[in-house]
Amino acid sequence: MSTEPTFYEILRRQGITRRKFLKFCSLTAASLGLAPEFAGTIAHALETKPRVPVIWLHGLECTCCTESFIRSGHPLAADVILSMISLDYDDTLMAAAGYQAEEILEQTIAKHDGNYILACEGNPPLNEEGMYCIQAGRPYVEKLRRMAAHSKAIIAWGTCASWGCVQAAKPNPTRATPIHKVVTDKPVIKVPGCPPIAEVMTGVITYILTFDRLPELDRLGRPKMFYGRRLHDKCYRRAHFDAGQFVERFDDEGARKGYCLYKMGCKGPTTHNACSTMEWNGGLSWPVKSGHGCLGCAEEDFWDRGSFYTPTTNLNVPGGVEVTADQVGKVIAGAAAAGVAAHATVSVVSRLVRGGKGRDEGGSSNE
Amino acid sequence: MSEVVTANGFKLDTSGKRVVVDPICRIEGHLRIEVNVDEHNVIRNAVSTGNMWRGIEIILKGRDPRDAWAFTQRICGVCTGVHALTSVRAVEDALGIEIPANANHIRNLMMLAQQTQDHLVHFYHLHALDWVDVVSALEADPKRTSELQRSISNWPKSSPGYFRDVKMRLKRFVESGQLGPFANAYWGSPAYKLPPEANLMAVAHYLEALDFQREIVRIHTIFGGRNPHPNWIVGGMPCAFSLNGDGGINMEWLNVVSSIIDRAITFVDQVYIPDLKAVASFYKDWARIGRGLAGTNMLSYGEYPRVANDWSQENMLQPGGAIIDGDLSQVHEVDLRDPEQIQEFVAHSWYRYPDEQKGLHPWDGVTEPHFELGPKAKGSRTRIEQLDEGAKYSFIKAPRWKGHPMEVGPLARYVVAYARGDEEIKAQVDGLLHDLDLPLEALFSTLGRTAARGLECSWAAHKMREVFDALMANLRAGDTATANMEKWEPESWPLETKGVGHVEAPRGSLGHWVHIRAGRIENYQAVVPTTWNASPRDPAGNIGAYEAALLGTPMADPEQPLEILRTIHSFDPCLACSTHVMAEDGRELTTIKVR
Repeated sequence: MSTEPTFYEILRRQGITRRKFLKFCSLTAASLGLAPEFAGTIAHALETKPRVPVIWLHGLECTCCTESFIRSGHPLAADVILSMISLDYDDTLMAAAGYQAEEILEQTIAKHDGNYILACEGNPPLNEEGMYCIQAGRPYVEKLRRMAAHSKAIIAWGTCASWGCVQAAKPNPTRATPIHKVVTDKPVIKVPGCPPIAEVMTGVITYILTFDRLPELDRLGRPKMFYGRRLHDKCYRRAHFDAGQFVERFDDEGARKGYCLYKMGCKGPTTHNACSTMEWNGGLSWPVKSGHGCLGCAEEDFWDRGSFYTPTTNLNVPGGVEVTADQVGKVIAGAAAAGVAAHATVSVVSRLVRGGKGRDEGGSSNE
Repeated sequence: MSEVVTANGFKLDTSGKRVVVDPICRIEGHLRIEVNVDEHNVIRNAVSTGNMWRGIEIILKGRDPRDAWAFTQRICGVCTGVHALTSVRAVEDALGIEIPANANHIRNLMMLAQQTQDHLVHFYHLHALDWVDVVSALEADPKRTSELQRSISNWPKSSPGYFRDVKMRLKRFVESGQLGPFANAYWGSPAYKLPPEANLMAVAHYLEALDFQREIVRIHTIFGGRNPHPNWIVGGMPCAFSLNGDGGINMEWLNVVSSIIDRAITFVDQVYIPDLKAVASFYKDWARIGRGLAGTNMLSYGEYPRVANDWSQENMLQPGGAIIDGDLSQVHEVDLRDPEQIQEFVAHSWYRYPDEQKGLHPWDGVTEPHFELGPKAKGSRTRIEQLDEGAKYSFIKAPRWKGHPMEVGPLARYVVAYARGDEEIKAQVDGLLHDLDLPLEALFSTLGRTAARGLECSWAAHKMREVFDALMANLRAGDTATANMEKWEPESWPLETKGVGHVEAPRGSLGHWVHIRAGRIENYQAVVPTTWNASPRDPAGNIGAYEAALLGTPMADPEQPLEILRTIHSFDPCLACSTHVMAEDGRELTTIKVR
């Protein structure tokens, strides 16, 4: 391994100047939410480490995670694939097929036992002896277990791998099962979202390469840097929520004024993701900004929490308001409109009372 | 004994050596192909197997029909949005909802953007490595590569220095010994015909296209909030216009859309199309390989209604219809509601019907998944070495139009539109055939499929401009509505109703059939492009498009399945789409719900 060139050496050989390299490092630091001085740490890491082998498997899924991954603007997917990692197996992109493709898996185990990252897109079905997802004539779950056993760490891309997602929605006919319930003896980093944001995906990889450790995870296994907040906490329409200004139906006056989508079923108040801060496709927009409520796609069982257009009755907001909001919710059980008013009141009152000093476990503030 | 002629006239011979390719990579999902080759390594029998099943229609049962678009969108994240659009169209059809003109224009724009991006990614990232030898690019002379580039296009990235950099990047990558996605492939095979300079140019464009595709989908981000998986609603679009405010779509975002359209047209016309012609000129023999059902049985539903809510073919930017038995003088009308026209069979699929000799229209579907291997299969249930195509062998059903297996996709759309005399498409096709000095027959081939996809990519990019102009004209006329909410509330719906929606997706004809009862989904069925193309055999013995197209293909070396990849990739398979398919009658649910 040590004779293989590092990321920096490869970039240099590819004609990229040191100045550009350092700029890349500071951009990476910024995209990871790190202070500028971390650019030096990143530069050092990339200068001294060979490319880490990555095995990217696909179970039951729709490939939206791969599609999102290749939308990454910083770093570019091509730079990740060609310069930062060694994407040794990915059936969506690899040139080989058939046994030539499958041979790579055993070669990887032989050469990099315990040293490669296993990236899982989709999940294995367990019904029918696993044969609702067949690869090379065998159940996918076998391949997953074998590659997991020899890996260093596992990334569960997207909501399929993290929670089960659409094929695991009731009644889950194939018994599609998230990765952490099949592989229980390895660290699994959950990167949920259907799909996850491109720069969240490349950010997780870059963090691992840079610091040679997994990012800090919350108790559910998600990187805190991207999933520490609810969308609602940082939503640019939050002021309209607090002011009680809501879209009542699509394309009404409120919709044209960019009012809050809570009454249209927005799941922002209960969804942990970075959409409202990082936004999508190069920071251009995100679902709420384009007029549709959040579906809550990064949350477990988001398919089975009622219609996407029914306002959530779980009124949790950070800063210790949960208890109050839950109590309010119990009192007004079922009355969504009343719930909105109650939540808005609680939120305004709590802000006034606590002077913006509220903190949740992720360190976010209400003000 | 081992030679048979199928009902649709293809000769199958299973006596030769069996070659198994599983997985077929560079596609969406999980596909297996088995072939028998004769003593000259020519394919004499082919078997196409969908390797996965998710059961999304079962999951849809009992849900709010306004939510169905989000579920069905997750059928596929590569052709993201197409199932969502089909779904909202099906529900709108069932509920009698008419959408505003702006919503129609925006949906057309999003679909055209999808078509452009999807075709571009398919050509460069899923298909190119079947034709382009990456390792040979290391032998290229950057100066001559530059000359080649400048001889075929005005694309500015054409200097010798640029190609020297790309070559150096590639060289260092290969020398690192970590070949990543290019490992264990078929480099150096005699089946690769491009000179090193063309290979280097293609490698450069592989990287450029990977970068540029991100831009095209930003049209989805503006109108749908993100990509992949933008948002839609029954009744129109969720985005509102705010022409004199900042609460919705205003001039700035419209300018972003307009700028993306300009750049997409430039990229496709200056990079993709010239590359397609350059590559095709070295592989003209592939204009005689991989015909299958092409030019014989082809289907398109027609797409992009100019005027909202009018589904007549005259109103379509790309008119549809069916071609049967190779008669291009007649384009048949297709009725998705007619129970006799579109039917699905399961005699060779891993499902059970009460009577497997009969097909069922999607509104009347029945299902029971039933995974079992035939008596001639080799291996075991969980160690399949060879399938028995005489029995059940795929999670894909066999859809038929009036009993015929059909090919769908860009080539089918182009042949149907050509047969209908569509002038723009005819000019594109005739121009390409003229440039390559090939006859019309050449279209009905592996090369023809790949070429039609490229032409359609250019067509779609240019049509985005036309549709954008129509949207702006409508806004100028004072109409800013994007959604019709009159029938949003379930109280306004009939107790029981059925609807159908269709879209011409990147990979071909897509239909969703919905049955709504008491405000909930009673039954939901999708028949998708890859179900048509990758179809297994039917009770009458007709073979589908993949299997037919592989027959007669000579392989340079059966151990290196490049030729199989070329033809299968020319269809752009999407297995997550094709194999989720499962009609149901609801009462069967308990038999498969295992917890």
